[in-house]
Amino acid sequence: MAPAVILLHPDDNVVVCCRTVHAGELISVADVEITAAETVALGHKLARYPLPAGAKVIKYGASIGSMTAPVSAGGWVHMHNMKSDYISAHLRDAAKG
Amino acid sequence: MQAQGYLRTDGRKGIRDILIVAYLVECAHHAARRIVDLAADPQVHLVGFPGCYPNDYAKRMMKALVSHPNVGGVVLLSLGCESFDREGLAAHAANSGRPVETIVIQQAGGTRSAIENGLQAVKRIKAEMADRAVRVPLFLSDLVVGTICGGSDGTSGITANPAVGRAFDLLVDAGATCIFEETGEMIGCEGPMAVRAATPAVADAIVASIAKAETYYRTMGYGSFAPGNAEGGLSSQEEKSAGAYVKSGSRPIVGVIKPAEQPIAPGLYLLDVVPDGEPRFGFPNISDNAEIVEMMACGAHLTLFTTGRGSVVGSAIAPVIKVTGNPETWRRMGEDMDINAGAIFDGSATLDSVGADIVALVEAVAAGAETKSEAMGHREFILTYKSFEPSGPGCMPRVA
Repeated sequence: MAPAVILLHPDDNVVVCCRTVHAGELISVADVEITAAETVALGHKLARYPLPAGAKVIKYGASIGSMTAPVSAGGWVHMHNMKSDYISAHLRDAAKG
Repeated sequence: MQAQGYLRTDGRKGIRDILIVAYLVECAHHAARRIVDLAADPQVHLVGFPGCYPNDYAKRMMKALVSHPNVGGVVLLSLGCESFDREGLAAHAANSGRPVETIVIQQAGGTRSAIENGLQAVKRIKAEMADRAVRVPLFLSDLVVGTICGGSDGTSGITANPAVGRAFDLLVDAGATCIFEETGEMIGCEGPMAVRAATPAVADAIVASIAKAETYYRTMGYGSFAPGNAEGGLSSQEEKSAGAYVKSGSRPIVGVIKPAEQPIAPGLYLLDVVPDGEPRFGFPNISDNAEIVEMMACGAHLTLFTTGRGSVVGSAIAPVIKVTGNPETWRRMGEDMDINAGAIFDGSATLDSVGADIVALVEAVAAGAETKSEAMGHREFILTYKSFEPSGPGCMPRVA
């Protein structure tokens, strides 16, 4: 059966949609069942667990940024509620003096 | 696996026995191409360097390629007045146990006689290759496998790239040498990458290579994170980069190498492809094939090429296995694709099953099966000017 989402790494706290997922869809992900909070397209992320503001977003087993607002399980995770934590090398060097 | 390799005098084993016809300046390209065309032999490939004044990089690359394990014999095509040290390159090939002949067009009397002489040279070298061939059992632990991506789309980071990562883990566990690259597309991943380094010196080399890539791309004005990425669901620079980086799998990174440097022990290596020194012009590599050529110069027997929208390329010397993550591309361009990682979307495959399929195909191709691009006659090759400082000693694994 065609999966709605893919869990890319066991440590991930987000899953990636394999197709358009519709609001209210019940999706099972390994250990939990989540309900999609809104309709999102292929390639977008849904929270696997409730995530507080400040939580690291984990995909491929690594941090891809931090939540700027809380999201419930099944909520859409994107630029409206998370941010990059990347500081480019030249700015890091500048900060070091 | 049931495969026989071609044993070379340096102990490496080839998965093909290719005769390369190499032009040493663009002025000799036509004669070289005609020789390859008229030879009409799928095991005779065209390579070369177009510049009249080769730099150290070009010389190192050509030396590495004429002594590549998949290469069994060499014909060099020189115009006669270019600066390439053709005697030095021929001596390097001969010292590596390969039959070699050099045709100098000005001495041969022009295009027509150079082509005739070249065709006779191909015949003689092929006969000598058949005499010299030493077939030995070949194992996954003998293989060097590279990976690159091209024509990526929103599916690449979900299916094809993580599946290649699974394959890399299986290959490394079997004792193979695996190489990933594209440091310019891994900006933001240096933290997690450095954690995987086998030694502190390798961790430092990883961080330095990504910092160099970041400076290079910023100087050239190439941003990496585009509005289209956000529409596709990517939310940050590091998320986009992680989608390329995931091709490397999860095993320790034992070394950081530069083009034409050969790994000295099995394991997973990062290939630093961004030129050293002041950023000068253009992207670090002019096209996907330039990346494949650098992989080959590091000894890669074959390359795993992930694509979303659908690249068709192959390569001279080393087979290319194309993995598409997009089921639509598989339907449209299946003739050019070897592996359908897009099957993950309909539930008929998983990342683990595609990873295992890739390893099974690597074994089959190493045993002689043709890839789609080989069967289609793809033999792309490109080599241009770049410049690199040699890697420091800490960039290689410690070998007892």
